[in-house]
Amino acid sequence: MPGMQELARAGASRPAMARRAGLLERFQNNRNALGWAFMLPATVLLLLFLTYPLGLGTWLGFTDAKIGRAGEFIGLENFAFLVGDSVTQLALFNTLFYTVVASVAKFGLGLWLALLLNKRLPFQSFFRAVVLLPWIVPTALSAIAFWWIFDAQFSIISWVLVKLGLTTKYIDFLGDPWNARFSTIVANVWRGIPFVAISLLAGLQTISPSYYEASAIDGATPWQQFRHITLPLLTPIIAVVMTFSVLFTFTDFQLIYVLTRGGPLNSTHLMATLAFQRAISGGALAEGAAIATLMVPFLLGAIMFSYFGLQRRAWQQGGDK
Amino acid sequence: MTEFNRRKFLESSAGVAAAATVGTGAAVFAPAVHAQTLNLKPEKDAKLRVLRWSRFVQGDIDQYMINVKKFTEKTGIEVRVDNEGWEDVRPKAAVAANTGAGPDIILSTNDDANLYPEKLLDVTDVADYLGKKYGGWYPACDAYLRPDGKKWLGLALGAAGAMLVYRQSHVKAAGFDTFPKDTTAFLALLKALHAKGTPSGFALGNATGDGLWTNWLIWSHGGQLVDKSNKVVIDSAETLKALEYAKEMYATFIPGTLSWLDPNNNKAFLDSQISLTNNGISIYYATKTSADQKVKDLREDIYHAQYPVGPVGVPTESHLFFNQMIFKYTKYPQAAKEFLRFMMEQEQYDPWLTAAGGYIAPPLAEYAKSAVWTSDPKHTPYRDCVKNLRPAGYAGKLGYASAGAAADFIVVNMVAEAASGSKTPKEAAERAQKRAERYYKV
Repeated sequence: MPGMQELARAGASRPAMARRAGLLERFQNNRNALGWAFMLPATVLLLLFLTYPLGLGTWLGFTDAKIGRAGEFIGLENFAFLVGDSVTQLALFNTLFYTVVASVAKFGLGLWLALLLNKRLPFQSFFRAVVLLPWIVPTALSAIAFWWIFDAQFSIISWVLVKLGLTTKYIDFLGDPWNARFSTIVANVWRGIPFVAISLLAGLQTISPSYYEASAIDGATPWQQFRHITLPLLTPIIAVVMTFSVLFTFTDFQLIYVLTRGGPLNSTHLMATLAFQRAISGGALAEGAAIATLMVPFLLGAIMFSYFGLQRRAWQQGGDK
Repeated sequence: MTEFNRRKFLESSAGVAAAATVGTGAAVFAPAVHAQTLNLKPEKDAKLRVLRWSRFVQGDIDQYMINVKKFTEKTGIEVRVDNEGWEDVRPKAAVAANTGAGPDIILSTNDDANLYPEKLLDVTDVADYLGKKYGGWYPACDAYLRPDGKKWLGLALGAAGAMLVYRQSHVKAAGFDTFPKDTTAFLALLKALHAKGTPSGFALGNATGDGLWTNWLIWSHGGQLVDKSNKVVIDSAETLKALEYAKEMYATFIPGTLSWLDPNNNKAFLDSQISLTNNGISIYYATKTSADQKVKDLREDIYHAQYPVGPVGVPTESHLFFNQMIFKYTKYPQAAKEFLRFMMEQEQYDPWLTAAGGYIAPPLAEYAKSAVWTSDPKHTPYRDCVKNLRPAGYAGKLGYASAGAAADFIVVNMVAEAASGSKTPKEAAERAQKRAERYYKV
């Protein structure tokens, strides 16, 4: 260690230097200490940018903080109010409805698309790239496109339908509560499909073709192949992909904020948009934080479901069933 | 129209002067009449940072920056101006107030100064000086910026007026030679426009700016969110009457208004799909600046009107109010005050009003005589926006509760629920009452 020797020559007494060199050497040779040292930057980052904000957000939910004004601990008061607040109840319903319907649709369509793209198609790479487009376009931009598509006065869909003589009136996509819910779901599905499709496609390509060949020799139908080969082998990927997809959908914000701001009559307010409206626009930081905190149990539930329900299947632990 | 045309102004000011309720008649902008002195001594080497809302019309920011430059040339004080979307200024101002760091001056909106009054520099001397010099501040300024009736927390800058914008040919075709001045005739107009196939449209979605007409609706019938002691009283007989009226209005609207956010009515109006809506002067402004011939052609036919007066018998308007706050943490309080004084003086303020093309209504009575209000008669209805303005938290004290209730769209949602029939007026009012009580913590 020439560096250390130079350091020593610079002034430290020999025994002290030897002690220090010994410490450094021991540190360098200690796998535990080194492990911790290497993990330190990541730990600091996680603590600073993940744990601290999450902890702070949760704490704020138990206070009466306003924007820019530190609050005092008020226990469960915010939560007690929110449970009885009709707008929050509606936002919870909207969020669950939005998440379930959009996730199921994204899974169905995404899997279908993945299976199609997994076949030998002309211009295969081109199609795979095109499928990714909705995912690549920034959400705020695609949301504005949908805002025009769903506009009460300028909707292209309504315009086409009227021109074709299929309807006489423009469809009120975002002005009727149920229409608005389904319209926002359509926009979310459009945006979310590529993630599901491409991830599942990656999963499909890890399945060895020999399974299909063997089963074909045994006379398996395409449905049987899908049911007994594709689906079981794809399940771990499905679990991960759908967990992420559900999390993204449950916490969606941009799309709703651009399209409806939670309207009409709060029928498309999600927990995330309501939390923002109350906390930032309204200044009730604590209440917004409490709404955000209320999302955590549902998110944990979704993760648990995917973990226990899909991932830990018997076949994964060595069984073949 | 960025130049102050004195000849044109003098020609038209006689009528205005006669009609003016406050001021000094023909001696328009004669500071000598109201001579005031205010000796502010800006700190040496002072530098100022100003955060303001982004312009709604280009003329505003262009002239504002010219005025800032003039200030720097005159005083040697460097001023940096940052712009943010108006809805983003509010949280930033709150954080600045409470962390004690940030811009020296913030131009924000509505009841912001009431959220952290103890963090704001007392500007009573400047306010008194300007008030006396320019014919006095309109009462709404007191509600927003002098809640205790003594100390000014900031200076009013004006308001972006929301008025009724209509197509004159359509209103005439519907049988109305003049625009209705009361709510009964107004409803008749809406029905006639609907019958003629040239309907009106008012935003009923969660539209921050264009949803403000719902305040007018409730107030015009005597309803209010809270009384003077901040007791929530929205579930009242007057509110129910207003909501019944809203149902009748809604039946005449173009379909889809429940989804409308702030830009929708502009788009629909400029596309000739609606003949009447509530808006700032920006629709008219667009017809002057647009490159699209179809939009330009609308210019002649677009007129503006003040909101009709309801059963309460007085104007009850709701507009976006602009304030100017100096924060106590500033190192240069004198320089900051001097900056605000300078910007509010006629030499700067009047060209700025003119450049904004009527978008900003003045908070000081004397500026009602500005040429901008008469050089184009279509600007005139926007002149008295601050004069007739009621804060959203009317008739109570402003603060976190009024700000929160407004941001949560309680009144807009109530009107939308009742108008669309998704709830009965009674149910909608009861729900609004409960929601508002949370903010005003019973």
